[in-house]
Amino acid sequence: MLSSQRFRFDGESTDSETTMYPAPFRYHRAGSADEAISLLAELGDGARPLAGGQTLLVWMKLRFDEPTDLVDIARIPNLSSIEHDDHQVRIGALATHGRIAASPLARLIPIVHDCANGIADRQVRSRGTIGGSLAAGDPSCDWPALLHTLDAEVLCQGPDGERTIGIGDFVEDLYATALQEGELVTGIRFALPPARSAGAYVGFKRCAPAYPTASAGVQLTLAEDADTCADVRIALGSAGLTPIHATAAEAELRGQALNETTIERAAEAAVAASDPVDDQRGSPAFKRAMLRVLVRRAVGIAIRRCNGESVEHSHEYY
Amino acid sequence: MNTIEIIEKVSVEVTINGQRQRRDVEPRMLLVQFIRDELRLTGTHIGCDTTYCGACTVLLNGEPVKSCTVLAAQADQCEILTVEGLEQDGKLHPLQEAFAEHHGLQCGYCTPGMLMSSVALLADNPSPGRKEIRKGIAGNLCRCTGYHNIFKAVEAAAEEMREGADHGHQI
Repeated sequence: MLSSQRFRFDGESTDSETTMYPAPFRYHRAGSADEAISLLAELGDGARPLAGGQTLLVWMKLRFDEPTDLVDIARIPNLSSIEHDDHQVRIGALATHGRIAASPLARLIPIVHDCANGIADRQVRSRGTIGGSLAAGDPSCDWPALLHTLDAEVLCQGPDGERTIGIGDFVEDLYATALQEGELVTGIRFALPPARSAGAYVGFKRCAPAYPTASAGVQLTLAEDADTCADVRIALGSAGLTPIHATAAEAELRGQALNETTIERAAEAAVAASDPVDDQRGSPAFKRAMLRVLVRRAVGIAIRRCNGESVEHSHEYY
Repeated sequence: MNTIEIIEKVSVEVTINGQRQRRDVEPRMLLVQFIRDELRLTGTHIGCDTTYCGACTVLLNGEPVKSCTVLAAQADQCEILTVEGLEQDGKLHPLQEAFAEHHGLQCGYCTPGMLMSSVALLADNPSPGRKEIRKGIAGNLCRCTGYHNIFKAVEAAAEEMREGADHGHQI
């Protein structure tokens, strides 16, 4: 067929021939978390909650998932607040990356800004939510790795009530989380970092809308002498089938003087803990080389921030 | 495989470029199809269809979104601005003028999305530096221009809009 027959240039749309639709499903809109949970329970295992849709709708168009029903939870009130007191931070599941990036919390805790503002592009940050990013169980998503770095807890609500799951237990495997059928992520919480503590989350991606090729989060607490690492948490994203909590890398720094040698040892240990997959974003060897640089860079930025320096940072791409 | 045969339609009512519109559509209809096929506003383009290229960018309640990755049903009761809504009283938006003036387009396919992302950028930040412009339109791919003339156009429009702040465009 001649292309002129297929594509008309008279203003007539031919999209139905050329565009991917998701497979058919039924659409429901929930007015409250309770309503969403009972709808999901009633509709059974073909139903999925829909928040911003920046992961789910893409999967549906690619037929990675074919839900029978979508329960739109995006308009449930009181699930998108971003709050903290002197001890704890709490973010509602429906808070978008963009709102988190622009929040006073992101100014207070720069590692949160690094992550939220680094995700994809302005358009995706308008829609995508922290809860959706977690529930997807995708090791390339940024929030799971960041929340490992901050040792966060995931707040869930399901047919059996509410429960809190540590981030380490929440992500179980590739695309698999501890969420039970009909259970929603309602929010996350983590301890407000103490004084002399700061972090950095750095990622490398091929272009803005792409998932990171690799990413690393470091939250560091300096001892009173300002040269010794009192405590540290290190997590890696896109480095295996789940986010990786690099405990061996932390052991190389905890209680040690922070210098090129110890930081390099920590980066080595982080790379050794990684198990990146071979995909279109790069070979395992390339990703390991990236991770080594990213861990070193994140530690460096975290140290500067611990020392009171304001360091603007975001994901890097070509 | 999905075995849903009877699809209940959902009612979607939006205010698009200032006009109220309502249609009953399949739940799986994407916002970009709703805009193009139902409302016949074909200025919004479909490029990659996978949330990469940004050609389908529109403003949803003032925020830029990729309309290929939003269901029409999710936009119910929302305000939408598309490229057709930029012109006011027969006068092009300063960004449209600047894109023409500075050759910010060649084939023009990405341009509606570029314009909508730029509108959102300048609403957030009336004086963006080159780095901020790069970041602001990082979700919009252009395969012709190499971006330099787009940056120039956005800078020129920003200046124009700052100078004409009290008698300029409303958007």
